[in-house]
Formats: sequence, structure tokens, C-alpha cells
Amino acid sequence: MSDALSPSTPPDGALIRLRDVQKTYRSRRGEAIVAVQDVALDIRDKEFVTLVGPSGCGKSTLLMMVSGLILSSAGTIEFDGAAVRAPHPDVGLVFQNAVLMPWRTVLQNVLLPIEILRRDMTAHRRQARDLLARVGLAGFEHATPRELSGGMQQRVAICRALIHDPRVLLMDEPFAALDAMTREELGMELQRLWGDHKKTVLFVTHSIPEAVLLADRVVAMTARPGRIAEVVPVNLPRPRTAEMAYSDVFQECSERIRRHIFAQRRPAERGEAGP
Amino acid sequence: MSGASGPEAGRVPAWIWPVASLAGMIALWQAALAVIPVPTWLLPSPISIVKATWAWYPQLPAHTLATLGATLAGYGLAIAVGVPVAVLIVTSRFLEQTVYPILLVFQSVPKVAVAPILLVWVGYGQLPKILIVFLVCFFPIVIGAATGLNSAPPEMLNLVRSLCATRGQVFLKVRFPSAMPHLFVGLKVAITLAVIGAVIGEFVGSNQGLGYIIVVSMSQVNTSLAFGAMTLLAVLSIALFYAVEWIERLAVPWSRPENPVV
Repeated sequence: MSDALSPSTPPDGALIRLRDVQKTYRSRRGEAIVAVQDVALDIRDKEFVTLVGPSGCGKSTLLMMVSGLILSSAGTIEFDGAAVRAPHPDVGLVFQNAVLMPWRTVLQNVLLPIEILRRDMTAHRRQARDLLARVGLAGFEHATPRELSGGMQQRVAICRALIHDPRVLLMDEPFAALDAMTREELGMELQRLWGDHKKTVLFVTHSIPEAVLLADRVVAMTARPGRIAEVVPVNLPRPRTAEMAYSDVFQECSERIRRHIFAQRRPAERGEAGP
Repeated sequence: MSGASGPEAGRVPAWIWPVASLAGMIALWQAALAVIPVPTWLLPSPISIVKATWAWYPQLPAHTLATLGATLAGYGLAIAVGVPVAVLIVTSRFLEQTVYPILLVFQSVPKVAVAPILLVWVGYGQLPKILIVFLVCFFPIVIGAATGLNSAPPEMLNLVRSLCATRGQVFLKVRFPSAMPHLFVGLKVAITLAVIGAVIGEFVGSNQGLGYIIVVSMSQVNTSLAFGAMTLLAVLSIALFYAVEWIERLAVPWSRPENPVV
């Protein structure tokens, strides 16, 4: 990882590059609050990266900055070689809540990005049906979101994020509102979709097991100001299975991440400092 | 209902109860006046109200239509102006800070006080009535629409913005649909006020409408007819309210009527 962080030598296929990224908010009393500081990270094309850290470590802020919805206060964020200064439709967003529109049917919800991007509706309608079928929602195309369970709603949200075939999926604690079983199920489904569609995924979670099980690399962050403590590669074969949680590699990775998160008051632990 | 029976045992339709209680109240009213001698000009009995109203039957439809026409015209005007104003308020922080206080000042002016002035400005007839209805309906509609337009979930807005949606698309696909439940709260408050506004207009200066009938009948101490006109106004108001609620159910099927307003 250390050579990948040197700006002069971009790694092969780095799709998203963050350099010295900082985000400062102004509180109501006028004080500056540093949410994210000195973040340098390269995300390769088709890589699955999870961001894990305690609440308030700025991981969601980081995700929003990559999407272009929030601008960084300092530093640069590049997407496919171009600086991110505004939203760009080459991302698919998934939030903690499914955020489906209750006035639209499931199919209409999935097709929302196509409508907004003014792409060919008839061609994508088939694709939307295929996507829904892939996540086990065939036959629910004309249901309303209210008729679906939380897990089903989140599946629809994932289909919506994929329908316009973006290169990147940005997922902000997508399974946090779900029960443990649905969560595991959806994690496996997401892995399958990622394998088939070959997207680059940036996935925020505060569950260490989830982060390790899904990721190629886990970015462990510390709280206030949010910094990268360490980037932990997960050397487990694909496809991952729930049983891998008992493997030594998994335990070792989890332990490393856990140490960073619970030792956040020692700033010397920053393993990702610049050159 | 016998003790062991389930919820299905009653089998009395829900509308029975309000109808029965209303009928009971009218019967009690009639019975009480048979016992207590109150002159008809002071408090007419239900039967004398029906008689007096029936005597005026040929004229009443035209007057009812005049009130209904002014109510709907003013209400429609308030929607046509109020919703765009709400859009402006929501779109621009500057407009919110400048237009909103003005609206508040106008809303604080009692509309009954404005009515005679309007008469001087626009003259006699339907137009002052329409304007008063417009004035009383405008504020709740603007508030309902503005609250609704602001109620779109931030994540939903972020979602469409991440797709580079235009401002028009944001309004069309997110803000307007999410505004509907709030807008209808304002529309329902406004429709009940609308009839009152029309009557105020008819009190002040008109030769048409149910409010005019009340003024004329009271000047002739025909209290029974005044009560009849009042009853018609109440029926009109309730009918209009349910009409708006019916439109809401068609237009906003995703908003469940589990929390009825008003």
C-alpha cells in the first residue's frame, strides 16, 4: 500500500484517488470542526473497499465527497483522472434507508435514474426486471414500497443504484437498519452482484465483521478528526462465505481493525501517514 | 352485543352512529321547544326551519350556486397563486426572508375588516366575495405547499442530485410528490375557511348568496329562514371538505388516512 500512496506513482487502474482530503465544518457557534483530515487513498477499478470506524469518524462525509455531493475543504479527489467538483452520474448511491419513493411502484423506483438521465426507458425496463429477478423480487415489479419488508426495500434500492450501470457503488451503511439475518443475506447477495457486474464499491459500515467479509481492503478510520488509521487487505478467496468468519485470516484482520478503532486516543497509531 | 362475541358480532355500519346522534339532537331540540315556550323568532324549531326553507325553495338553488361559485372561484385562485408563491419561497432564501414576513402581516389583518374596503375598491357583486375567499384561503395553502415542498427527505434529494438532476426534475420528481400530503392539509383547512369567506362577502355587500339570504331574513325577523340558510351553508361546507378529501385519496394514494386532520 505504501507505494500506492505516493502521488508520483499511480497504481494500475486507480479509479478514485484521494489526496490530503480534509473537510471542515463550521458549528453554530462558529468554531471549525474537522470532520475528515489528511485522507489519502487510492481505490482501484473494480475493487471492493469498506470504510469502517466509530460513529462520527467522517466516513459518510468521505463517501459524500467522492460522490461530489459535498465538496472537500482541502485536498483533491479524482475520479477516473478528473477532479470531482460536482455530482457525476457515474456513481450509484445506496443509503441506510432505502429512500424509495412511496408514490412509485418498485419498477418505477428502479428506473428513476434512467428517467433523470433521460436514457432509453424501454431498453432499461427489461434490465430493471432482470435486476429485480436477480435479487429475488420477480413478481414485485408493480408493488408499492410500503408493501415490502425492509430487506426487500433495500434490495430495490440496490437495483436502482445499478440500473444506470455506474462504475462506482457508494454505499452508506446500507444494511445498518436491517436485522442480523437479513443483513448477512444481503451482504452475500451484494457480493454476488458485485462479482457479476464488476463495479467498484466503496462501502461504509460500523460493523467490523461485515467490513472484513465483504472487502478486498478495509479502511479503518479513527474518530474526530476522521483519519485513516490503516488500510487492511483481506486475503480471503472469493466468493466469500459466512463460514470464513471463523478463519484465521478473518480473525487477524478483524483484530487489527478493532485495535485501531478502540485505540483511537493514541494518535501515534496512524499507520497511513504520508511519505 | 353478547359477551363472548368477537368484533364481527356488532355488524352495525360505522356511519350509523354520527347519523343517529345528529337525528337524536334534532329530535331533542324539537321536543324541548314543544315543552319550553320559546318564540320562533328567537329560536325556531327544526320543523319551522324546514317549512320556512321550503317556502323559499324556488330561489334557494340560485343563491346556493352563487355562494358555491364564489367559494370555488376564490379557492381556485388561492391555489393558482399560492402554490407558485410557495415554490418561490422554497427556491430562494432571499424570497423566503422577504416574502414571508409580508404574507404574515397580511394574514394578521382580520379579513372581516378588509371586506368593506374591498367593496369600495372592486364594487358590488361576486368579485369582492371571490377576493375575500382568496384572502382567507391563500395563507393556509401557501404554508401547506411550502412545508410540503421542504419536507422531501434530504437523502432523496441527494439521490437525484447525484444523478445531476436539473432543478425542474428535482421539483417534478421529488419535491412536488412529497409535498402532496402537506399541501392537502392546507387545502382542507382552506376549504372550510373558504365558505366562511364567501359569507363574509355576502354580509357586507351582495344581492346573492346564502349569506345574503341570512341578512335579508334577519332584517325581516324570519329566523327560521336564516337557520335554513345556515344549515345549507353547513352542508355545503361539509360537502366541499369531503370532496377535497376524496380528491386527496385519488391524488395521494400513498398517504394513508390513518391520521385524519381537522
